[in-house]
Amino acid sequence: MADVTVGVVVFPGSNCDHDTEYAVGSFSGIKPVMLWHNDHDLQGSRAIILPGGFSYGDYLRAGSIARFSPIMQEVIEFARKGFPVLGICNGFQVLLESGMLEGALSRNRDKKFLCCQTSLKAVNCSTIFTNLYKEDELLSMPIAHGQGNYFAPPEVIESLEEHDQIVFKYTDASGLAADEANPNGSLCNIAGIINRQGNVLGLMPHPERASEKSLGSVDGRPLFESLFQHIAGV
Amino acid sequence: MAYTAKIKVTLRQSILDVQGKAVEHALKNLGYRTVESARIGKYIEVTINEEELLQAERICNEISQKLLSNPVMENYSFELEQVN
Repeated sequence: MADVTVGVVVFPGSNCDHDTEYAVGSFSGIKPVMLWHNDHDLQGSRAIILPGGFSYGDYLRAGSIARFSPIMQEVIEFARKGFPVLGICNGFQVLLESGMLEGALSRNRDKKFLCCQTSLKAVNCSTIFTNLYKEDELLSMPIAHGQGNYFAPPEVIESLEEHDQIVFKYTDASGLAADEANPNGSLCNIAGIINRQGNVLGLMPHPERASEKSLGSVDGRPLFESLFQHIAGV
Repeated sequence: MAYTAKIKVTLRQSILDVQGKAVEHALKNLGYRTVESARIGKYIEVTINEEELLQAERICNEISQKLLSNPVMENYSFELEQVN
């Protein structure tokens, strides 16, 4: 059977694109292709990943200019048709700026750029991105961002909760979404959310940096595997 | 004819402005006891080649909403000045 293609978008300033390509390529039957921001061709991709980094130098606001790049017009249409789109870190910021997910990410509560391992939990394991995680399983993934403080008006938070759209939360070692476990000040300890249709996920932690033993954690693998099983029709 | 749009983008009051807080603390540490608060925003100047003021205003609103500000967490305001 031919390999299934997964597109990794490259914006000027992306810096996790090759890490993501490497992680994606480690799954058998999956072939990553790099998609340049100025192109329109998704090259037959069955899923798209927007990687971490500093697209367009984070000028104006993180993700705000990337949202208007030619490739993003195709990605928005691709998602509208129901195909899966995953945004990691800066990719999550791009998804929010483009209105594919609700809310915004502002500067971290403690002003610092945070680069550290975080503990988190998949609080919704019935999505196409998380169905290989176990309920209440404690995960370890790194974060690396200056603007990861998730904000949305109360009615949006309520609606996200009502429709199970909060997918990842920062938690302490006992699995509680405590304030001490919240690295950046995100409302409700939100680390990742999904759209109502269930095909667009954005998260601040980096699953691609937690995808093999030598990196200290393999907790990011089930996310990719869930997604790849979905697109391969397993 | 052209107009210069002087656009200000500020964080909504409900959003914690961590940069503003840091500046506020620095000013207080410098001894400015009457300084109560500081908030940081963005100032953007855009030159718009339009004949009509109304049209320049319309463009200003459109670009502020579309790109220059994020309505989820920011407000914007602007002034238009005619350029000769």
